[in-house]
Amino acid sequence: MTQAQTKLVRVVTAGSVDDGKSTLIGRILHDSQALMSDQVDALSNARFSRAEEGDLDLSFVTDGLESEREQGITIDVAYRYFATPQTSFIVIDAPGHEQYTRNMVTGASNADVAIVLVDASRLHQGALKVQTRRHATIAHLLGLKVVFAVNKMDLVNWSQKVFLEVEESLKRLSRSLGITNAAIVPINARSGDNVVSKSPAASWYDGSSLLDILQSQGEGTDLSELPFRFSIQRVVRVDGHTIEAQRGYAGRIASGQIAIGDEVFVGPHRRPTKIVRIETYDQSLDRAEAGQSVTLYTEDEVDAARGDLLTRGEANYAKRVTADLCWLDDQVWDPRRRYIVQQGTSSILSRIENVLHIRDMRDLSEVRGDQALKLNDIALVQLQTQTPILADLFQDNPKTGAFILIDPDTNQTAAAGMIRGVA
Amino acid sequence: MTFFSRLLHLDRLESEAIYILREAAAQSRNPALLFSGGKDSAVLLHLALKAFRPEKLPFPLLHVDTGHNFEGVTQFRDETAARLGERLVVAHVEESIQRGTVRLASPTASRNAAQAVTLLEAIETHGFDLLLGGARRDEDKARAKERVFSHRDAFGAWNPKSQRPELWDLYNGRLQTGENFRVFPLSNWTELDIWTYIEREKIALPSLYFAHVRPVVRDGDYWRPVTPVTPAAEGQLVENRLVRFRTVGDMTCTCPIESNAADVSAIIAETRLSTLSERGATRMDDKVNEAAMERRKREGYF
Ligand SMILES: Nc1nc2c(ncn2[C@@H]2O[C@H](COP(=O)(O)OP(=O)(O)OP(=O)(O)O)[C@@H](O)[C@H]2O)c(=O)[nH]1
Repeated sequence: MTQAQTKLVRVVTAGSVDDGKSTLIGRILHDSQALMSDQVDALSNARFSRAEEGDLDLSFVTDGLESEREQGITIDVAYRYFATPQTSFIVIDAPGHEQYTRNMVTGASNADVAIVLVDASRLHQGALKVQTRRHATIAHLLGLKVVFAVNKMDLVNWSQKVFLEVEESLKRLSRSLGITNAAIVPINARSGDNVVSKSPAASWYDGSSLLDILQSQGEGTDLSELPFRFSIQRVVRVDGHTIEAQRGYAGRIASGQIAIGDEVFVGPHRRPTKIVRIETYDQSLDRAEAGQSVTLYTEDEVDAARGDLLTRGEANYAKRVTADLCWLDDQVWDPRRRYIVQQGTSSILSRIENVLHIRDMRDLSEVRGDQALKLNDIALVQLQTQTPILADLFQDNPKTGAFILIDPDTNQTAAAGMIRGVA
Repeated sequence: MTFFSRLLHLDRLESEAIYILREAAAQSRNPALLFSGGKDSAVLLHLALKAFRPEKLPFPLLHVDTGHNFEGVTQFRDETAARLGERLVVAHVEESIQRGTVRLASPTASRNAAQAVTLLEAIETHGFDLLLGGARRDEDKARAKERVFSHRDAFGAWNPKSQRPELWDLYNGRLQTGENFRVFPLSNWTELDIWTYIEREKIALPSLYFAHVRPVVRDGDYWRPVTPVTPAAEGQLVENRLVRFRTVGDMTCTCPIESNAADVSAIIAETRLSTLSERGATRMDDKVNEAAMERRKREGYF
């Protein structure tokens, strides 16, 4: 009937400061008729606009904060929504400035595809900026598909030679990160060439427009095909008058499917029980699958609580895992400190036992040693937890393989983590 | 490698909102749900029922009442709470005025911005540490920047330059004493999503969302409603026009649009074709200044 059948693509921008991310998002929205006329009017009257007379500063579509407009930079992520007939998009504009990398990580964790922008006019012999490499690395670690956009082609007169140089550098970067088949598109975000539709300016370019590439993304893996994972959010008590008092477990199915009669295992002790009812507010279901919020009733009292997991299929629990961390806190890592691992709805104390390596963003090499982890560092660590946690690998199941570390003294989210192995 | 779920658009949004509501309730000591009787809060309340029934809601409903409500809205609010058997807490801007914590330039001045003061007073009086709100990112450029779990400091202020990271759907709801959270389960919904969901779920709304005849005066691009607090000026031409409201807020700053959409499906058809944003078409409080919403939020507004 409505847009119900469209697929969802969540896109985040990435790349160094001023390479044109916000302008690109503004351009995509503008050229897809996704901006309302009052919003366009507001752009033409905006204070601090960098556009020439009669033109719009499209970066202001997402740079909505006063200080962002004043300084001409993005500080935090903005979320915008639009749909084409085939696809409904969430576009997330992320900041390029190194200081705000944690906000870029926030945006990337909520996206499926990253557009990594490069300013074609500011590469010296094809050398990419550190921030370009950092963002591509983060996008790849977080499991996003990467699309490269070589922007500001107007400033190099749409020179194919320049494009090929940049393309060569991007291919080298892709190889060193293990990114395969990334599209590389020459664009002008300001004027819209090759953004929504193909431009005659680059007759030598035979790929598709950026938006077409985003729309034709393969869908990837169906979460309902993975093993069943269910993290309990809330225990529901029903004091039935006709039936006896019962406990149900409310939560959202992270992956897999569940049907009445299925055997599930509770927590690391893997205590078995059977599902007898699957309920929503107004329905009793025979089966349910990844993404659905439901309440599950089990055959016997299993004494499960918020944070406990119900699983089916193989499930590895471990007290020691290796994980990639993006350090997001202004406070550096303190080896003596405990951090709370929040994974699904569970919170468990942990300690970083070992920093296996930190990535040097200048050349993406891995630096060994126990240096302090500080803001914006990306490191592989060994993590020890107080009780066993589910050790699904992030690349196999991002819903359960992801976690955050919380500093219990400040309550700050200290790091984003992705499980890579059992140590 | 990317991953997807097979849920359809509205099912996905619904399930996400239910998940957020349950996280909010589980991670707070004393939450409340902001309920004004407007369409977004009606949808939010409906989702709360889906998240928590057959139990009672684990929080009261809270309305910050400017006292300048359109006809039928407070009645709808009270009847809805009574029908569901849920507790309703009303914090009155009028009481803040009497206390002297809100001072207005004139007795009929807009009380919209004053809501922040009354809200913060209610948070203190009742000890709320988390408020669920129906705000959506597509409403405004400052809202587009906000987290789902939006942290507020001990002064209730939003600090857009240093928001907490928010990764995947792992919400960190931990607070120091005195701080609070505003949580927005409808963050990823658009106006059109709200209406198609209202249609699907048959959610009841106050009548002023549907086309009706009302006395209005022309004021720039707006049809300003003629009400006891916003009377027509000397010599202004009062017209009776067929209009409906796209948002329902304080009488002093909310304007209806011309429309003959008398039911939800007609509104959906109109929303699809609209070339004006929801707030752009209806809210005078945002016109005062480019960053009006951001500034209000810094002061503790929803
Ligand atoms: N000539 C030219 N200028 C561009 C193009 N794209 C963007 N710009 C300009 O580059 C400047 C920076 O653009 P932004 O969109 O603000 O850059 P950004 O990457 O979002 O910056 P941060 O978000 O702060 O990292 C602005 O003045 C744009 O108008 C382009 O294709 N050609």
